[in-house]
Amino acid sequence: MYKYFPHTADDIQQMLDVIGVRSLDELYAEIPEEIKLHGELNLPAEKSEEEVRHIIHDLAAQNKPLVCFAGAGSYDHYTPSVVPYLAGRSEFSTSYTPYQAEISQGTLQYIFEYQTLMADLTGMDISNASMYDGSTATAEAMMMCVGAAKRRNRVLISSTIQPAVMAVCRTYAKFHGVELVEVAEKDGVMDKEAARLLIEEDNAAGLIVCQPNRYGIIEDFTGLADLCHEHKTLLAINTVASALAVLKSPGEWGADIACGDAQSLGIPMGYGGPYIGYLCTKEALVRKMPGRLVGATTDADNRRTFVLTMQAREQHIRREKATSNICTAQGFMCLYVACYLSLMGPKGMREVNEQSYASAHYLHDALLETGKFEEVFDAPFLNEFTLRVKGDAKALREALADKGYLLGVPTLFKEDCLTIASTERRTKKEITDMVELIKTIAL
Amino acid sequence: MNRTYYGKLIFELSRPGRVGYSLPKCEFEAYKLESLDGTLLRQTATLLPEVDELTVVRHYTNMSNNNFGVDTGFYPLGSCTMKYNPKLNEELCQLPGFNQHPITPARYAQGSLKLYDEVQKTLAEIAGLSRFTLNPYAGAHGELTGLMVIRQYHISRGDTKRIKIIVPDSAHGTNPASAAVCGLQIVEVKSTADGTVDVEDLRPLLGPDIAGMMMTNPNTLGLFETKIPEIARLVHECGGLMYYDGANLNPMLGVCRPGDMGFDVMHINLHKTFSTPHGGGGPGSGPVGVRQGLEQFLPNPQVINNGDGTYRLQCDENSLGYISFFLGNFGIIIRAYAYLLSLGKENIPMAGKLSVLNANYIKESLRSHYKLPIDVECKHEFVFDGLREEYGGDHHDPEHVTTLDVAKRLLDYGFHAPTIYFPLLFHEAMMIEPTETESKETLDDFIAVMKRIAEEAKADPALLKSAPHDTPVRRMDDVKAVKEPKFTYKAL
Repeated sequence: MYKYFPHTADDIQQMLDVIGVRSLDELYAEIPEEIKLHGELNLPAEKSEEEVRHIIHDLAAQNKPLVCFAGAGSYDHYTPSVVPYLAGRSEFSTSYTPYQAEISQGTLQYIFEYQTLMADLTGMDISNASMYDGSTATAEAMMMCVGAAKRRNRVLISSTIQPAVMAVCRTYAKFHGVELVEVAEKDGVMDKEAARLLIEEDNAAGLIVCQPNRYGIIEDFTGLADLCHEHKTLLAINTVASALAVLKSPGEWGADIACGDAQSLGIPMGYGGPYIGYLCTKEALVRKMPGRLVGATTDADNRRTFVLTMQAREQHIRREKATSNICTAQGFMCLYVACYLSLMGPKGMREVNEQSYASAHYLHDALLETGKFEEVFDAPFLNEFTLRVKGDAKALREALADKGYLLGVPTLFKEDCLTIASTERRTKKEITDMVELIKTIAL
Repeated sequence: MNRTYYGKLIFELSRPGRVGYSLPKCEFEAYKLESLDGTLLRQTATLLPEVDELTVVRHYTNMSNNNFGVDTGFYPLGSCTMKYNPKLNEELCQLPGFNQHPITPARYAQGSLKLYDEVQKTLAEIAGLSRFTLNPYAGAHGELTGLMVIRQYHISRGDTKRIKIIVPDSAHGTNPASAAVCGLQIVEVKSTADGTVDVEDLRPLLGPDIAGMMMTNPNTLGLFETKIPEIARLVHECGGLMYYDGANLNPMLGVCRPGDMGFDVMHINLHKTFSTPHGGGGPGSGPVGVRQGLEQFLPNPQVINNGDGTYRLQCDENSLGYISFFLGNFGIIIRAYAYLLSLGKENIPMAGKLSVLNANYIKESLRSHYKLPIDVECKHEFVFDGLREEYGGDHHDPEHVTTLDVAKRLLDYGFHAPTIYFPLLFHEAMMIEPTETESKETLDDFIAVMKRIAEEAKADPALLKSAPHDTPVRRMDDVKAVKEPKFTYKAL
């Protein structure tokens, strides 16, 4: 038997005898013959541990590591070694959703910590623990706006939101019957006048904006929440999680919902996943919120304990009337985020942002000095910015990739522009070496 | 598991001035974050704790000691397939070569793209379907994506009236919930007394407004729906498509494939069938497969094999659109690939068969003490309807010993509880799924404990009513958690 199966031939025989059948195949006797698979699966034969290791190492080696100056929703931040070490403890990782609270206090406690941390960073009252990534979390925020509104199915979304988030919201809107209306942009930020006109039509359930936006620009939302609330429109702000520590929080802007991706909180880029989305809101909207929630209570000995709660919103109780179909509790990633934020603390989160800011601004200026780039917008940014390449941006990006650098991502709908990011992990030498290389590339 | 309750929160360990990280000195002193306009900056201090590294390590280690996982003990949680999570998979998913930015040019991510394609091909062979997307993040996300495929297919034919989906009354809660998110109306079809779909109840529901039908096979009672060829024919005749909820795929591996049963679209839970860890409820992965002719509707981006040993990313204009940031939970997909490679064609079917053997063995061994509402051979799981009357399980008696009481008492004996009060067809449902990775000794221990609990229920019901007694904490006040909601440390 393979090493994952403990059954001896004797075990199998004894068990078959208890059941009263003669063979394993007889356990499938009721299945009509015409739909059974006759013959074996067309797959390779079993492999030893060393063979599997060899194959997968070989695949990893076929990828080429690039020094990362790209963002657009995934950022190359430092992860303290303690984070994967603790998250890898199998008492956590091999457990299920904490239905049996008496033997799941570990999971329930770190989720409670995660909820506290995310609610605090976003300036909201509550956070769920169930979102797959930032794009689906934003789609859930969109559906939450419609769910909370009375007879409104229109949601406004700033066209400066990350393209990947926009694309997922479009898909969910199309099938869920949400009328998703893009608010135009002006000078790289949401056109506030266009937003005002749409909000004043008095038929939008929500407005979704992005911070920093798809160009890296930090937008000014002064007055936006009041305008929204005058017209019974909920305001949702999608923010890069790491930036919440230094930028004005969604709560401070007066938002009703905060959503986004928490990958920037120490989660490896990992070719796009697993990440965790966050979704936070005000207490008044808790019953409209999708996903798992952990709450504090007491046990029979009156000790402070934690349980899954407010389950009457969820699919396993409410079925088609649930706030969402979400079943996941993104536990492993909640633990990642809780460990990361505990280690970094207020000082570390500030320092990560200061260093990312400084390194991105240094890179920005150094690129302009090469004479091969020009400014597109005159606007404040944190650690991501957009420049126009005086020449073929795609060719430049490819040429740099050949030399081991990933310079930004192509900026959607902006010809020859790249949206470029830096973090505290990028050294002066990496930046200088790349900039020197750019000087030698003919555009 | 440590029986002593730890119970502290990281915020209670915070002391001003402590740090748990180290960063190099900033090399770009000329640039200061403070130079940003103050109206854009955060004004409120955060609650983030200030703790040193060892404090963090002890805190989460102590917490983990109050947690139960598959590595701790037997986890017979029905419908969740809590099989062993191989450690090799954990090692390989962390290879630095896979830690790339998602928007890396495809020619520098060929290893990852090849891995993705190998997994999709393997799943297609196992499912008897044409092509898979691995982009969905979870089982419910897969359901939603699969239903979007079905709707997109109808829309592409200009058939916009198909807005209803048929779901059996025994279905997982995610089925109707996913259908609702997808904008479909749910039509419930009843089960017969033998626990399978009532074909006579189904017939009148079929018509030109039916987009399709969702089924789990074996169903949530662990029973194979033997009328599936006829059901699939009827649904296809009315123009609908058949959706297979892959939650219960494990027992079918290599024996009977969803594509051969007549299904057109399905999802697979990699965290159930293909051994990736459940992680306390996530992240999972819910690949979606389709029959030939439906590939174009799968979500973007798709990974395409160029046929010359290279791979590319492609967006299809007929696609339903994007449902994820990029290519799904790639780290989970690597783990599943390691498992599929390890087992190979011989052992993938063996996993299914041994899971059925284990389930039937428990069922036959415990039916003397627990009510077996449907007496036929089960597949990977089965459902008891609580204790038998002679062991205090008569649910007409308001004082009867409930399934919850039995579940809580099991915790005292070092076992996780089964899934309880699901499916909704029975009053005291107790759904048991042992999986193939458990030994006969473990099952025998479990059986002995379940019988002992039945005896306890007869002799001393109060012992069960107040269980658990030997866990880090005792039964919780769930009502208080709802009536006095506290979701953050600040609210305590």
